[in-house]
Amino acid sequence: MSETKPKKMAIIVHSGSLDKLYPVFMLSSTGAAMDVETHLFFTFWGLMALKKGGLESAGLPGFMTIGTDMMKGKISEAKVPTLTELLKMCRQMGNVKIYACSTTMEIMGVKKEDLIPEVDDIVGAASFLSIALDSDVQLFI
Amino acid sequence: MSVDVEIDAKGLRCPMPIMKAAKAIKEIQTGQTLRVQATDPGSKKDFEGWAKNGGHTLLSVEEGSGVYTYTIRKG
Repeated sequence: MSETKPKKMAIIVHSGSLDKLYPVFMLSSTGAAMDVETHLFFTFWGLMALKKGGLESAGLPGFMTIGTDMMKGKISEAKVPTLTELLKMCRQMGNVKIYACSTTMEIMGVKKEDLIPEVDDIVGAASFLSIALDSDVQLFI
Repeated sequence: MSVDVEIDAKGLRCPMPIMKAAKAIKEIQTGQTLRVQATDPGSKKDFEGWAKNGGHTLLSVEEGSGVYTYTIRKG
């Protein structure tokens, strides 16, 4: 392994729908495998996915909601892991950090105990920016 | 060519072949070799990128009957 500083990726997870959460967790797990230090900042609808049971109940957005079960079936047929399984893999690799946006929690009335235990910290925009400014990849999903 | 560890990732899609390879390569020593078999056509470019980024050497890529066989030396 090279001795250089590890690469960093910072993602704002704004969407809580299945089709957006998949790329988030696909990139995070792959990043973990590529020794990329990954920081996920969950805000607005993304934060809802961090509530207990949130990843399991994430569906397709808007009028496509009706196709959620069919999409999940196809994902399973293609032997692609579930969002929960991908999160577990990210945690096992150890270099994926998960943050909840404190302002969103206030607006949406979400309490710390409502969130899944994998949340590392509750932070504000300045915390995300200080990480993002020092990152090689920054995404808004 | 003999290898130190072999991984079967056949039938698995992105990102699983890379995840399995990443886990396996952590278990071996620098200079040792890992062989991964996969069927995901996207894995070809993925393994090239993953090996390069991690400082490993992709010694060979073999294709046959829809199976890709990657041999990687840990760097």
